[in-house]
Amino acid sequence: MSVDTHAPATAAEQFAMRRQSPVQRIQHLLHSHPALSPLLVLVISMIVFTIINPRFAQPATLSIIIQQTAIIAALAIGQTLIVLTAGIDLSVGAISILSMLVMSNLAVNNGVPALLALLLGVAFGTLCGLLNGLLVTRIGLPPFIATLGTLSIFTAIGLLYSGGASIGRRQMPPLLNLMGTPIPIGPFRLTVGVLFVVLLAAVVAFALSQTSWGRHVYAVGDDIEAARLVGIRVDRVLLSVYTVAGLIYGLTAWALIGRAGTASPNAIVNANLETITAVVIGGTSLFGGRGGIIGTMLGALIVYSFNIGLSLAGVDDQLRVLAIGVLIIVAVSIDQWIRKVKA
Amino acid sequence: MTTTPQVSDFSEPEGRTLGLGSPPILAEPSQTILSARRLIKTFGKVVGLDGVDLDLFPGEVLAIIGDNGAGKSTLIKALTGALIPDSGQVFLDGNQVNFRSPQDARQAGIETVYQTLAVAPALDISANMFLGRERRRPGPLGSVLRMMDKKGMKEDAGKSMANLGIATVQNMSQAVETLSGGQRQAVAVARAATFATKFVVLDEPTAALGVKETGQVLNLIQQIKAKGLPVILISHNMPNVFEVADRIHIARLGGSAGVITPQSHTPTEAVAIMTGATTLAKG
Repeated sequence: MSVDTHAPATAAEQFAMRRQSPVQRIQHLLHSHPALSPLLVLVISMIVFTIINPRFAQPATLSIIIQQTAIIAALAIGQTLIVLTAGIDLSVGAISILSMLVMSNLAVNNGVPALLALLLGVAFGTLCGLLNGLLVTRIGLPPFIATLGTLSIFTAIGLLYSGGASIGRRQMPPLLNLMGTPIPIGPFRLTVGVLFVVLLAAVVAFALSQTSWGRHVYAVGDDIEAARLVGIRVDRVLLSVYTVAGLIYGLTAWALIGRAGTASPNAIVNANLETITAVVIGGTSLFGGRGGIIGTMLGALIVYSFNIGLSLAGVDDQLRVLAIGVLIIVAVSIDQWIRKVKA
Repeated sequence: MTTTPQVSDFSEPEGRTLGLGSPPILAEPSQTILSARRLIKTFGKVVGLDGVDLDLFPGEVLAIIGDNGAGKSTLIKALTGALIPDSGQVFLDGNQVNFRSPQDARQAGIETVYQTLAVAPALDISANMFLGRERRRPGPLGSVLRMMDKKGMKEDAGKSMANLGIATVQNMSQAVETLSGGQRQAVAVARAATFATKFVVLDEPTAALGVKETGQVLNLIQQIKAKGLPVILISHNMPNVFEVADRIHIARLGGSAGVITPQSHTPTEAVAIMTGATTLAKG
């Protein structure tokens, strides 16, 4: 930040400050607080949607937005970690679906106790993430290619394993449906799954900002050579990021069952693009090293606010898709501009 | 230990009589901070290091000069663990060491400022100073929650910069990418000076800087020397080298063309030796 209240500014600093135009000041502000622009977009769009159709601001509508956002937001936490290292994960949805199929099929068709089935499903997701990480670090594949490959592999395995069949709500053991349990908070109707996502986001945001692991994640994405030279074990950081992402996708599988009530191999088919959209709109740079979880949460909320807000406004569905596309391009353009910040 | 073979190494093919300061009398490694003996490194058919000797004495600034491809970088990499020499010995404080990686050298107290600076531009100054060796908070916040001691690191980063007389940067929460080239260099040098216990290596620290900023970096080098830390300075820039160096090691064709001092030779003579126009002669 340019304003320092602790130390008196030197003449040079004062001169530098005076020279800043309002535009430069905005650039600096966004540079030091990347979550600011998505926050602004969210607040403004919510106000506009409410003006167009007051039903938007009703607790019932907002509750639906939050519930719809939860799954993509959770997956986008894992995606954020990977994008921060200048990677990308195209196998997000495939891993989560596979974990979901493993835990529900084990519990329903193989008679495995629900808790054990749940743990095995989450562990399976973690292993899938580990595999992505090994492909990136040991074989040196670009993350795009590695996860493009595993996207197909995991999707096919999921279909083969489940025989393409869904598992219905009535067969599902209560534990696997736990995340769908409604929790009324004031006038809002949330679910256990929503609280789980908030908790997950808080834990990962804490790890990113307060631990040296988090700092190394940023450093690896920012300048991998510099990270290596200062002695950060870059491959270990990358491997941990992909594995933790897998763990997050596995846990989200549980929330996914709770949200849908069923386990279908065709759930969340758009998860890949939607998580990347949330990450990018949330101000995390696809070039790595900047951004964070709060921005991603805001980004996911923006996408679903647009979905519901525009449909409440009576706007054509295709225009909604168009609006999201514009948002993505604007968000990445802002990122490019912010990255050019100078002293 | 081995003295006779080196003498022949320093006589160039022309067979001219060598002047004062040459052949350098190799010190006993017990008297030096760092000694390298007969370092050889080949890359396929290319000889990167051809039996190089080098001594670094306590409290001195040793410059390494040489034309492109003379083996400056290879020599430095071999001394700091970035390259493993094919043969030869390296002594640190009189004890033989075998660095397998830059981390080994760093753990032994050797800090290198690379030409690329090795800073993460989006991270702030304090984060960069402690990058890869973050400190944790005391108590369960650090041991259980693994929280970094951000405040303490920020304070110490500020102190390190102030100790080296770097006054142009005061806010340790500033992202490094918002700093000027000279300020970035200052951050990297301050980091090296803070964590080095044996010596600091600076690889072409002024190559990308303007006149004023170059002066500031030279001043930094003097500050590090004043702290009692020896410095190895790799540079192309003769005026800079002659301003701060106590001794000058001239690399040539993978070997060493000799060691001179700013008092014994002029910059022109140094360039002549460096390019092979003359072999070591009294200046």
